[in-house]
Amino acid sequence: MNRRWRMLGERLSQVIPVIVLATIIVFGLLQLVPGDPAMTLAGEQATDERIAEIRHLYGFDKPFLVQYGTWLGHAAQGDLSRSLLSGERVVTLIGQSFPHTLTIVVLALLISLLVGVPLGILAAMRAHTRADTAISALSSVGVAIPNFWLAMILVTYFALGLGWLPATGATPLGESVVGSLRHAILPALALAAGGIAELTRQLRSALLEVLSSQYMRTLRAKGLSETAMICKHGLKNVGVNLLTVIGLLFNRLLGATVVVEAVFAIPGMGSLIVRAAINKDFPVVQGVVLSMVLVVVATNLLIDMLYSVLDPRVK
Amino acid sequence: MASDTSKQQGRPGPEMGHRPPLLSVRELGVALQTRGGNLQLTQNISFEVGAGERVGIVGESGCGKTVTGLALLRLLPARSMQVSGKILLDGTDLLRLPGRQMRAIRGRQVAMIFQEPMSALDPVFTIGQQIGEAIRAHFPVGAREARERAVDVLDRVGIPLPQRRHDEYPHQLSGGMRQRAMIAIALACQPRLLIADEPTTALDVTIQAQIIELLVKLSSEAGTALLFITHDLGVVAETCERVLTMYAGQVVEDAPVEDVLVRPRHPYTSALMRSLPNLSVPKSVLPSIPGRVPNALAMPAGCRFAPRCAHARPACGRAQDALPVGADHRVRCARFDELELPGTAA
Amino acid sequence: MSVPLLQAEDVLVQFPAPGQAPIRAVDRVSFSVAANETFGVIGESGSGKSTLGRALVCLNRPDAGRILHDGADPFALTGRAFRAHRRNYQIIFQDPNAALNPRMTILDSVCEPLEILGEATAAARRDRARAMMDRVGLSGSYAGRYPHELSGGQKQRVNIARALTVRPKLMVCDEVVAALDVSIQAEVLNLLAELQGEFGLTFVFITHDLGVVSHVSDRIAVMYLGKIVELGPAARVRHAPLHPYTEALLSAEPSALPAAMRTRERIVLHGEIPSPADPPSGCRFRTRCRFAEPRCAVDAPAFREVQPGHFAACHFVDQLTLQGPAS
Ligand SMILES: Nc1ncnc2c1ncn2[C@@H]1O[C@H](COP(=O)(O)OP(=O)(O)OP(=O)(O)O)[C@@H](O)[C@H]1O
Ligand SMILES: Nc1ncnc2c1ncn2[C@@H]1O[C@H](COP(=O)(O)OP(=O)(O)O)[C@@H](O)[C@H]1O
Ligand code: SF4
Ligand code: SF4
Ligand SMILES: [Mg+2]
Ligand SMILES: [Mg+2]
Repeated sequence: MNRRWRMLGERLSQVIPVIVLATIIVFGLLQLVPGDPAMTLAGEQATDERIAEIRHLYGFDKPFLVQYGTWLGHAAQGDLSRSLLSGERVVTLIGQSFPHTLTIVVLALLISLLVGVPLGILAAMRAHTRADTAISALSSVGVAIPNFWLAMILVTYFALGLGWLPATGATPLGESVVGSLRHAILPALALAAGGIAELTRQLRSALLEVLSSQYMRTLRAKGLSETAMICKHGLKNVGVNLLTVIGLLFNRLLGATVVVEAVFAIPGMGSLIVRAAINKDFPVVQGVVLSMVLVVVATNLLIDMLYSVLDPRVK
Repeated sequence: MASDTSKQQGRPGPEMGHRPPLLSVRELGVALQTRGGNLQLTQNISFEVGAGERVGIVGESGCGKTVTGLALLRLLPARSMQVSGKILLDGTDLLRLPGRQMRAIRGRQVAMIFQEPMSALDPVFTIGQQIGEAIRAHFPVGAREARERAVDVLDRVGIPLPQRRHDEYPHQLSGGMRQRAMIAIALACQPRLLIADEPTTALDVTIQAQIIELLVKLSSEAGTALLFITHDLGVVAETCERVLTMYAGQVVEDAPVEDVLVRPRHPYTSALMRSLPNLSVPKSVLPSIPGRVPNALAMPAGCRFAPRCAHARPACGRAQDALPVGADHRVRCARFDELELPGTAA
Repeated sequence: MSVPLLQAEDVLVQFPAPGQAPIRAVDRVSFSVAANETFGVIGESGSGKSTLGRALVCLNRPDAGRILHDGADPFALTGRAFRAHRRNYQIIFQDPNAALNPRMTILDSVCEPLEILGEATAAARRDRARAMMDRVGLSGSYAGRYPHELSGGQKQRVNIARALTVRPKLMVCDEVVAALDVSIQAEVLNLLAELQGEFGLTFVFITHDLGVVSHVSDRIAVMYLGKIVELGPAARVRHAPLHPYTEALLSAEPSALPAAMRTRERIVLHGEIPSPADPPSGCRFRTRCRFAEPRCAVDAPAFREVQPGHFAACHFVDQLTLQGPAS
């Protein structure tokens, strides 16, 4: 246990430079964007004085490092400034959008696991049979199919056609769990197709490799059944690979929601950043990117910690 | 002799030879299915192992020792390998058993240990879990009882601090300890036959000596028969009562160890013995065996050793049967009676 | 007497170990090897044989002490002179595959060392390589093949040919026959012996196989936990060992003799070689020695010449009655 805490400390100390670097990049890149945010803010017919005033107000006239320092200082205290458009606190905006995105992503991940893991096991146990071939064919389709296209098909069929589920929008989880899930299920399915395919393929090949290892022969020689070998020893041994795949998948789903949120008109992080980017609403863009970076870093950290739980050899 | 403790323990008296054999292998053959047709890896393998008897299998790499050992427990990949012949355990043919009954035999009646103790143990389960699992696969015992038995068997194989080792992972153990742990897994259910495939090849001589001593001790205490696969004649001489010499997928000689060391009847057995450097005059030219083991694709039609045999005659050009030399000695060489071949003692 | 071809003076090679004292893989070892001699090194896994072998051919730099080649310190040389010197000191390893590039033909592999040295023309290099392949028993038909098409014994021949093309004076053979079958092993050992006579080679022969080492060596050094514990003429070490560890090693060697010819009681060493990161105090062998006394935990025994040319490091070397090998 002690060892695990120490490891967490070590990892955290490695992660902090990553976050700092990410913030510099996020902040720096925005400076390169053409156009003057102060002008945007002041509106079409503003006078030069008004623009200068706004520039001063928001600190756009300070040197880069000072701006960055101020911003980072505030960000560290949870203050991500205000939207240039609506004047709302960026933290509030993120607080409203993030749960929608997270619901979809987590749901998509769960669906991927619930379908992908059994399929992967089945494909490995029945390797080189017809069942295996069918599963690999399906997963090739799953990988190749574009999210937004699947999203549109799902909307057309289940929402508009059958009317089983709402076509657009979202309900916060806190308001109504059922309502929230009803809204999230179609976008999550659209996202999950690729995840299922990815998990199935990776799990199948990892399991097949484990199955051909020497210790599987020992297990068979002990008189264990094939099911015990795969479900107990196989799965625990591929646990590390599986975790890696899950981590990557989570990050990818997070990125992929932008498109799917657009199709389903969900007010999530994707919609938020798209709108902010179009309107040069810098504080919002910065805030969203920063929080995404934090989520990704936190996921990786969690996965790293789980490695040591699953694999005793990881120190 | 008198001082050689390991050889004396549990050596069966002459009357034991007449007991019905525990394992009787008849005409065992393994064929590999390839795109180009079947490739016969081993052929016509027949031998017996009596209850509590220690039998060695020697031969150069690739002659089919491992394949034979795995075939006995039906551990070869069924998709690519075809096993023919009979494997009679107490008269029951293992090759005819349905999967479930075969599983009941594995680990319980016949157990097996392998050469590389690191890769043969599951890295993410503790030693104790891997032993307990073997016990619970065959006995209806709870977790607590399984643990007690596992600790007990760890103790029996000479692992210090068995309580602690029980909860450690394979990578925390040294090579010698891992092999002991493998033996513990194999012996956890007190099988009647243990197949050991080169269990000491990856170990230092000093550790090898420990493992050999342990195997011989455990086998004689519990009456477990041992089928000891090795390429090292010295190990066989120190461990076994009888030895099968394999060459190119066949058993070419089957004899009591003491007899074969003094007077091997097959030219290959003799040549193997003569090429051991520790039995030769230092710095002398070592007798070697010219040529290579023939490829399974191009087996000589007659005696398989003929292309490399110093005693080959035209008569050797036909396939050789296993001929009896005495009551308990068989050899696959037409000329065994005419030849006077040196053993290790010469 | 002329200068020995190779001298090790108080050689220490250590590896950094995170969070603890460095591992002394080779700990203050001294010996010399005469030209044309075969010097055997034996010991359990982890005793430092390979590390010593690598230091002898300048692949590891001693952290203290000196390696002398023909009386001169090769590490005093720099750049081109150092590389030119190194060619005279070659090493071959246990794994026949390790030194061969799987995507290079056999001939190219054998040519490579000459190419690196930039010696002669391409055509001349190929001729020399072919001649050497022929010499080690690989016919011309192997030249264009790839390593995976060769057996272990053949690959080891390629490695030998490769090391020999540059005409070294000394060759360190690190477990070169360990991966080979006895009959193939016999062929390779015979080949090495022939080549020694033909090219006037000096061998340092590292192995854990007592049979092999006593067959090929003129003198044998026995290593334990980084130290040489016994050193002497092969026949004496083999038949009249002075150190309890040598005695145990000899006794552990399985013998293919009939039981009636095995004369001695087998000594089975208990426990395993301790970690070199934390060697026992005093005599390093004391944790497994059947003669250990309290004094052994306190004083490290001196490595001294007990009989002419026969050294050992044990406090009680004069008092112990040790047995020879099991046969
Ligand atoms: N590159 C390295 N880094 C750290 N430690 C090392 C390194 N090389 C060797 N060692 C350590 O030095 C000691 C001696 O190793 P060495 O390889 O020389 O032993 P050896 O006698 O050749 O053993 P073997 O018979 O297994 O080949 C060992 O404890 C080993 O773990
Ligand atoms: N899984 C396999 N697939 C194809 N050939 C195999 C396989 N296992 C063994 N063989 C072949 O069977 C022969 C006997 O091998 P093996 O029993 O491992 O030899 P030994 O144990 O005597 O060294 C060899 O020619 C080897 O290449
Ligand atoms: S049958 Fe002939 S070739 Fe074969 S081993 Fe006997 S003597 Fe040699
Ligand atoms: S010094 Fe002591 S412990 Fe060391 S070898 Fe001699 S008797 Fe054994
Ligand atoms: Mg084998
Ligand atoms: Mg080594």
